[in-house]
Amino acid sequence: MKTRSKLKFKMSAAAAVLTLAGFTSGALNAQSKISGDVVKIGVLTDMSGLYADLGGTGSVLAANMAVEDFAKDRMVLGKKIEIVSADHQNKADVASTKAREWYDRDGVDMITDLLNSSVGLAVAKVTAEKKKVSINTGAASTRLTNEECNPNSIHYTYDTYALANGTGKAVVKQGGKSWFFLTADYAFGHSLESDTANVVKANGGEVKGAVRHPLNAADFSSFLLQAQSSKAQIVGLANAGGDTINAIKAANEFGLTKTQALAGLLVFITDIHALGLPATQNMYVTEAWYWDLNEQTRAWSRRFFEKHKKMPTMIHAGTYSAVLQYLKATQAAGTDDAAAVIAQMKKTKMSDMFMQNGTLRDDGRVVHDMYLLQVKKQSESKAPWDYYHVRQKIDAAEAFQPLALSRCPAVKK
Amino acid sequence: MEIFGIPHQAFLGQLTLGLVSGSFYAILSLGLAVIFGLLNIINFCHGALYMMGAFSAFIGLSLLGVNYWVMLVVGPLVVGLIGAVIERTMLQRLYKLDHLYGLLLTFGITLLLEGIFRSVYGVSGQPYQAPEALNGALNLGFMMLPKYRAWVVVASLTVCLGTWYLIEKTRLGAYLRAGTENPAMVQAFGINVPLMVTFTYAFGAALAAFAGVLAAPIIQVSPLMGSNLIITVFAVVVIGGMGSILGSILTGLGLGVIEGLTRVFYPEASATVVFVIMAIVLVLRPAGLFGKEK
Amino acid sequence: MSRTGWVYAGLGALLLAAPALGVYPVFMMKVLCFALFACAFNLLIGFTGLLSFGHAAFLGSAGYAAGVAIKFWGFPTELGILFAVLVSGLLGWLVGSLAIRRQGIYFSMITLALAQMLFFFCLQAKFTGGEDGLQGIPRGTLLGLIDLSSDLTIYYVVLAIFFLGFGLIYRTIHSPFGQVLKAIRENEPRAISLGYEVDRYKLLAFVLSAALSGLAGATKVVVLGFATLSDAHWSMSGEVVLMALLGGLGTVLGPVVGAFIVVSLQTKLGDLGQALKSLTGIEWFSQIGESVTIVTGLIFMVCVLAFRKGVVGEIAAFFERKKTA
Repeated sequence: MKTRSKLKFKMSAAAAVLTLAGFTSGALNAQSKISGDVVKIGVLTDMSGLYADLGGTGSVLAANMAVEDFAKDRMVLGKKIEIVSADHQNKADVASTKAREWYDRDGVDMITDLLNSSVGLAVAKVTAEKKKVSINTGAASTRLTNEECNPNSIHYTYDTYALANGTGKAVVKQGGKSWFFLTADYAFGHSLESDTANVVKANGGEVKGAVRHPLNAADFSSFLLQAQSSKAQIVGLANAGGDTINAIKAANEFGLTKTQALAGLLVFITDIHALGLPATQNMYVTEAWYWDLNEQTRAWSRRFFEKHKKMPTMIHAGTYSAVLQYLKATQAAGTDDAAAVIAQMKKTKMSDMFMQNGTLRDDGRVVHDMYLLQVKKQSESKAPWDYYHVRQKIDAAEAFQPLALSRCPAVKK
Repeated sequence: MEIFGIPHQAFLGQLTLGLVSGSFYAILSLGLAVIFGLLNIINFCHGALYMMGAFSAFIGLSLLGVNYWVMLVVGPLVVGLIGAVIERTMLQRLYKLDHLYGLLLTFGITLLLEGIFRSVYGVSGQPYQAPEALNGALNLGFMMLPKYRAWVVVASLTVCLGTWYLIEKTRLGAYLRAGTENPAMVQAFGINVPLMVTFTYAFGAALAAFAGVLAAPIIQVSPLMGSNLIITVFAVVVIGGMGSILGSILTGLGLGVIEGLTRVFYPEASATVVFVIMAIVLVLRPAGLFGKEK
Repeated sequence: MSRTGWVYAGLGALLLAAPALGVYPVFMMKVLCFALFACAFNLLIGFTGLLSFGHAAFLGSAGYAAGVAIKFWGFPTELGILFAVLVSGLLGWLVGSLAIRRQGIYFSMITLALAQMLFFFCLQAKFTGGEDGLQGIPRGTLLGLIDLSSDLTIYYVVLAIFFLGFGLIYRTIHSPFGQVLKAIRENEPRAISLGYEVDRYKLLAFVLSAALSGLAGATKVVVLGFATLSDAHWSMSGEVVLMALLGGLGTVLGPVVGAFIVVSLQTKLGDLGQALKSLTGIEWFSQIGESVTIVTGLIFMVCVLAFRKGVVGEIAAFFERKKTA
């Protein structure tokens, strides 16, 4: 912890005022409103498995940065803020046992990150049972805010709908009318494919077909040959991680990128980094955040990079924002009681370096702007990690699944 | 012209691609067979050695500026040396015990190696470009085959057949085969069996690494690339049976082709088709296609 | 009572009192489920000499079966678990009849390959929810009487299931059937020449082991409320080998001890690293929490190379030596 407090940072004037205001109001009414006299935030993430690059220790760092940016002395309402972290190894049972123990024994008030949807869904359930708060900044599944929604769980950064919607709509508008999908053959891939296909059709495009490939397919060449013979303009990659990476690699090798364009439906900046620009140039992706959006994001990312030696992903930024907004809401509500904090978050427009005027809906979805990005050519990239052109800001109102369509029982229709 | 409802051009194309992935199966199952033949050990860390081969190519290029062609030779040598160390320091203590301990030890080694590479290089892996000379594509009439893929088939077939020749036709091979049948007798003839065992393991490891270097430009070089593949290769080995060197080569190639065709007709099953074939073979011929019933 | 009798009684009492002693019940239940799983696995490796490298298939499929039965078909909890045991037993019969056609290492590879097939099935089938997992399975009530939602109540139910499973394994090992199994392990040709139908014994042991693994998997799913793919993945098959090996292959209590150590490692390794760091002030220790696979791999290697009898096996050997000395 010592080294972390050495972190150089500038606290903005606004934050200082907020802290001051919070301090006085806290002193007035909240002496005993903090359970266990400490606000404990758990970062439950994958540190050793498939998604360690996306969240992992970077998320723990981001959470700590949020606490320091919130209050230099790491206090809220006169009580200490503490960050704890654990590796769930991508196993839902490790995650859910840890979450239960954190809530029951260690007085943890909020758990965040929760990469990978099986972990996210399992911990959301535990959170509702224990009446605490979980803010999922890592997982993609829309089930978190639909079938499996609950009043204590928030889905923060992105979801498959937003990704499909962003990329699908934009690419069709740019003239990519006919699509072929390369889909990972499991629930996640299917929902990514069907969400995108719906958007494509709604915007006047057509879907020429799809091929389902098994998870962790080593050789994509034959699937790509099928995509090639479909003659579709756009090949949509409804897969993730290693599958996306290997598909893109093979697409280049077989010259598919010369005649057709790829659209990555779930691509992180770390994937681009792993593939290099020559393989990925011109590809469209949708992300919730990019480090090079504005002065504020650049400054934050530089601080992050100094410690982590890699640029932050949108999950890192989302985790930072989630912790910061949670603390702000705790302060404003004057208590760390779950229902009160969430109610406070719902009535506030949340702004920080991750999002502007983000709102929390009744289905647990945090709604904010998304960004349509296009991967730069090697010649356009001026520095390491300079990977994207920002092509379009997708307005918060359009970016996510409309509340009216939510299958969440808590949403009054 | 159409074959099974798809244009014959596409059919031939998919067949060719199947041959490419079959080439990898062939080298890997050959390595497993060679090791199993003499050491009676199922080398679970074969996938990790393959992964290290790929990483050796990447490290060679990014750290030392050594190109692909050099690493194609140096990579297997380095990994072979690591294999020799593994055999000398650890595996050697297990020969008197039940075979399963060999499997368990190499399983542990796999976890260790993968964990180390993961913590150093991350999960998303590293890019590696094919060498200049092999960029571009060959026009086969029915498809454009990237030159590099054609090279993979040529290189792996050469290595496989070379290995077959070495084992079946040379004096060294004769010692090896004799050592497999009756180590005590070979020892009695004044041949250093322990040295031969070490050499064999190192050779098998080098074969895995060779496949790894070959794969580096095609598949993302990542810590988990081996474990995704190795279980399929195990199934290949079971189907072929451990009886003959040529058997493991042929089975590898054949299954690559079958898997390739499945990707066209029923892509969802392409990951499982090998296991289905394995189950069928076991029912009909428990010793595998080329195996001898013991 | 004999010395081993006292050991059993002591351990049983310890388990009964665990929640009162401040051990977190959910953690303990996970340990018990894995302990049962490891014991079932040990029945094969330790007492029949068959190394199954695909036992995750039974754990995982039973989990899904229980989940589907309880959540979608509205089965009461106990029937859901029973159904899962049947499913995994049947699956065990299928896998077993194929696998016992070959011996030794081939056997291991066949079980591994078949389990991999099942993994892909679970990944793709609709009802499993793919990588999201089958979520939100209610704990329900036991026999329509006892509400299982309290952690303490369900702990004793799980403990009872564990005792039942463990007792069954204990009885099997010490029965004439178990003696035949041991004979097969020691010398299969001799067992054949004595007129035993070795394959039938092997298959029966395999089915029993699969069904008990299923019992463990189903119980775990009821406790935690979800079934996910990691239970069916081959790394889980490796984990159970580690549990049995670490505790002691072929010992009755070994797998229980092994399961305890491995599960603790998974959930507490990070805490251990932090504790070591604050104790010694060495920053590096905090990284241990990120290296579960490396640590697991190392333990595996050490066990195989230097510690083959496992914890319980070494202790037993120690007492053995003292007796003869």
